[in-house]
Amino acid sequence: MIHFTDYKRPTSLQEAWELNKKKSNRIIGGMLWLKMSHRPGQCAIDLSGLGLDTIEETDDAFSIGAMVTLRQLELHPGLAAYTQGAMKKSVEHIVGVQFRNCATIGGSLYGRYGFSDVLTLFLAMDTQVELFEKGILSLADYAAMDYDRDLLVRVIVKKTPLRLAYESVRITKTDFPVLTCAVSFGQEGLRTAIGARPNRAKLLWAKEDMVQNGTIDAASFGAYAQEMIPVGSNLRGSAAYRKALIPVLIERCCQQVGGDRT
Amino acid sequence: MKTVSQPIRKLDAMQLVTGQPVFLDDIAPKDCLVVKLLRSPHANALVESIQTETAKKVPGIVAIYTFEDVDQAGPRFTCAGQTFPEPSPQDRLVLDRHVRFVGDVVAIVAGETEAAVDKALKLIKVNYQVLEAVLDFHTAKDNPVLVHPEDNWEALCPVGADNKRNLCACGDDRYGDVEGVLSACDIVLERTYHTKACQQAMMETFRTYCTIDTYGRLHIISSTQIVFHCRRIVAKALGIPKSMVRVTKPRIGGGFGAKQTVVSELYPAFVTWKTKRPSKLIFSREESQIASSPRHEMEITVRLGATKEGIVKAIDLYTLSNTGAYGEHGPTTVGLSGHKSIPLYGKAEAFRFHYDVVYTNEMSAGAYRGYGATQGLFAVESTVNELADLLHMDPFAIRKKNIPHEGDQMPAYYGETLNSSTLEACLDKVKEMSGWDEKFPVKDMGNGKVRALGMGMAMQGSGISGVDVGSASLKLNDEGFYTLRIAAADMGTGCDTTLAQVACEVLDCPMDQIVVLGADTDASPYDSGSYASSTAYVTGKATEQCALALREKICALGAQKLGVSAEDVTFDGKAVSCGDQSISLADIATASMCGNNIALEATYSHSSPVSPPPFMVGAAEVEVDLQTGECTLIHYSAAVDCGTPLNPNLARVQAEGGLLQGIGMALFENITYTPQGRMMENSLMQYKIPSRLDSGRIDVAIVPSFEPTGPFGAKSIGEVVINTPLPAIADAVYHATGLRFRTLPITPEDIVLGRLNTKENAH
Amino acid sequence: MNLSLTLNGKLIQDDIPADMVLLDFVRRHGCYSAKRGCETANCGLCTVFLDDVPVLSCSVLALRAAGRKVTTLEGLQEEAAEFGAFIADQGAEQCGFCNPGLMMNAIALFRENPDPTEDEIKAYLAGNLCRCSGYEGQLRGIQAYLAWKKENRP
Repeated sequence: MIHFTDYKRPTSLQEAWELNKKKSNRIIGGMLWLKMSHRPGQCAIDLSGLGLDTIEETDDAFSIGAMVTLRQLELHPGLAAYTQGAMKKSVEHIVGVQFRNCATIGGSLYGRYGFSDVLTLFLAMDTQVELFEKGILSLADYAAMDYDRDLLVRVIVKKTPLRLAYESVRITKTDFPVLTCAVSFGQEGLRTAIGARPNRAKLLWAKEDMVQNGTIDAASFGAYAQEMIPVGSNLRGSAAYRKALIPVLIERCCQQVGGDRT
Repeated sequence: MKTVSQPIRKLDAMQLVTGQPVFLDDIAPKDCLVVKLLRSPHANALVESIQTETAKKVPGIVAIYTFEDVDQAGPRFTCAGQTFPEPSPQDRLVLDRHVRFVGDVVAIVAGETEAAVDKALKLIKVNYQVLEAVLDFHTAKDNPVLVHPEDNWEALCPVGADNKRNLCACGDDRYGDVEGVLSACDIVLERTYHTKACQQAMMETFRTYCTIDTYGRLHIISSTQIVFHCRRIVAKALGIPKSMVRVTKPRIGGGFGAKQTVVSELYPAFVTWKTKRPSKLIFSREESQIASSPRHEMEITVRLGATKEGIVKAIDLYTLSNTGAYGEHGPTTVGLSGHKSIPLYGKAEAFRFHYDVVYTNEMSAGAYRGYGATQGLFAVESTVNELADLLHMDPFAIRKKNIPHEGDQMPAYYGETLNSSTLEACLDKVKEMSGWDEKFPVKDMGNGKVRALGMGMAMQGSGISGVDVGSASLKLNDEGFYTLRIAAADMGTGCDTTLAQVACEVLDCPMDQIVVLGADTDASPYDSGSYASSTAYVTGKATEQCALALREKICALGAQKLGVSAEDVTFDGKAVSCGDQSISLADIATASMCGNNIALEATYSHSSPVSPPPFMVGAAEVEVDLQTGECTLIHYSAAVDCGTPLNPNLARVQAEGGLLQGIGMALFENITYTPQGRMMENSLMQYKIPSRLDSGRIDVAIVPSFEPTGPFGAKSIGEVVINTPLPAIADAVYHATGLRFRTLPITPEDIVLGRLNTKENAH
Repeated sequence: MNLSLTLNGKLIQDDIPADMVLLDFVRRHGCYSAKRGCETANCGLCTVFLDDVPVLSCSVLALRAAGRKVTTLEGLQEEAAEFGAFIADQGAEQCGFCNPGLMMNAIALFRENPDPTEDEIKAYLAGNLCRCSGYEGQLRGIQAYLAWKKENRP
């Protein structure tokens, strides 16, 4: 159980950022993962006073505050429509309703956890993160970065027209995933994000010849992903099993995003 | 019957559903010292030195105890809650210089706040001499590394234990000429099955608080199934007279056998006895997972011989059981792996059951619902399923040819005669419930998924014959209400209610006329405790007899008041009558409190020379995604013969709950160790018990029989219910995938990689 | 640190350590219905409402609830008794240790979706583990309660 000696709820991002510069201080999101840490912290920085708990939808983007919960994502009609149900599908297996009422998108993405369903899905969309210090950068870049002391303020999903699908394999229905897979298909091309490898989700664009006349060659894409995306072993499965699952999930997602002729 | 066999609400139900403070940590005094344990990071080590001075200086720390505070040459004891002399070897000390698994206790820390104790735990410095560890139970027997090399290790019973061979028990039980019969069989199958040290994972972890009572005695309040055994074990461990110990239990948040072992009690008892201050120990979930009393890991080899018509003629069963670092329940669980599986095949002319129970440097095992029968039945039932498959016979049909019937003598079941059984009807019922004839064996769902069926049978006992003692005390109070005192432990099972139902049936009264006082060594009559499927059958019978005895006393006093002979009166529950004269129960109660010489109180103890087996049949329908290996339970159909159910609602929920635990064992609940001996599934995040999305639909039918030796015809239900899902699901997965899995749990990975291997081998 | 919040309709002020979680806070204030069943946010036994939303109180810092409304089963006794009777009629409460968390989350479900399907019930309550009942009796109790509610709806 994590220990703190102080708690602050900053009223400005600047104040939060200043507090977070100190290495022993910690920003708390949903606290679900953080609380299991045995590394004591000095001050818990609570961002819940900054109005970052809303999803704003405009004609061309969703702007999602870092403190928006997974349950808010799950129930948001705009996200449901834009993701063709993939938003709900990506989070509905995460433990339970009460857990998802606590867990935040900021915590999930800042943590860049290997098992993150949320990271997997958002990687497959045109997602940017807004950081207090570094400004806006793509989620793919952020996902590849090391942890630093910058603040994740909000997440921006551009409403690029996409077909989107999400699949995961789990041993029990509410367990961590053995493998996660999101596939999106749009003007820019076809891509997949594979997570729970068990390391951080990785994004992979299909080669141009895997889409011809709007038709996906799912088998080739699956084989390509199997070759390109490294997998490893943990308690939930071996590398060999994960390797076997990659083309299966990609092909299933491809069927849902349409154009599959394999 | 008016109360027995009625779906009566549990007496404590509304208190529980409205969340009243009835559990241990709700009622523990607020000024209790907080007790926590420093645990070994090594699987096998000697504590060379331990420095506690700095830790003791933390403000609020009251005491820190280490092996230096315990006589290392003193008598050892076992924490197994069993009737004395315990079959489990005496192999424990409260604090032992030799730590034998990752999680074994090194020091006890007591302080005024949790923060102080947490801080002190970090400041204790231990130097370990790390020893080579025994981490593979196949190599434990006669391994040069001894888990218990000490000379004060002791076995009180002749169970084949030998600490110089890492043996907790061994034995060989034979009937007939097994090799002769096997050699004459048309078909002989030899198969090996492996089940893990699964956790009971009751929602309330182990917990105890202790105080010193008015008379200077140690009062232990604990979430335990075994108050009397607990008193004996703690008294021995602390070296104090049993008269100085009282053990009581509050409501228990689930047990399933876990709390049939003294897991948490010793440490706060030690602290309170030394400091004379109240103390409490609440196990974390991690501690409950890594240092408790789970199922014995077993590897069972079955040699089964049969005729080509499917008659099982001989069974040779060898069990290798892993008791871990200590021997709790080791010699006894193993017995059930043979004695509760082989008897299902009543036509067998010969059997052999031999076993070794070995010590290793893993967490010690204990008692978990099913108690060895679960493991044995997985092996035997799976072998019979393989036999059916080889003979192209229906799994139900092959059972029908082999099962014992009422009146049969069962050589493999201690020679007992089967008094009651609806096993054959259970088979028919499950076949119908599961839609077997339409669905067996497999159906392609057309989307990469297949649905398939499998089945299994099970038996258990009802108490330990000639050993378990059940008792009940009843008294009549003011206004005519009764108090029932027991030491059977209601751990959610509802035995406070079902035993009251038995008493009310005999006393002709409604349930609101009785109150139950459960499990207090000072106040309750002696009872072995709630385990071994004994409560309904053994304590139930004691309650019935006790109520009959109290009836007589009520009649005696009633007759006295009416001025007639006791032989001439009748009692209808409301009044004692003789002809036109009658005196109400309330008036008798009043009369008992004034100038009275007849105590309106009775106590009765009961022990049974037999242990009538309840039976169960189960069929699983699973859906397997052949590409991902995900296996989903769609429907589980089960029928159970528990004699007459004392309360059909509670019997049904026992069955549903036990089935889901078996389903968890079959598909999800794994135990794995690192090469250094650290257990990986140390939380509910990693040890996956089924959620309600994993349980499919579970249908249970009760097919009553009448057991003449049980109370109102009852047999047990608590344990038999966990056994059938293991073989049934494994067989269903075989029908879905063509792959036989003989190690549980069956994971999606096993299925996918198994299919890949099969394909490769086919090329 | 100073904390003031509304617990079951009553304003509470307390001086607490910065790292106290809401579960320990409500138990410290006599609300023993909330239980700790794990340390990993998996079991649902500690479910309470924070501004009417069911959360895992083991994972919420008490200070985060400052100025907000916290409800435990102690504050919902009428609903608990009305609904709980249907669980009791099945014998599905069993050991009872997981019941308060289940009651809380089921009440949240009924408020959000008064007429849930079986799948919706299972999905909403998936984070409430129970080791005794096998869940079937709980489901029967919930469905019987909902049917009774429907009949008796004004």
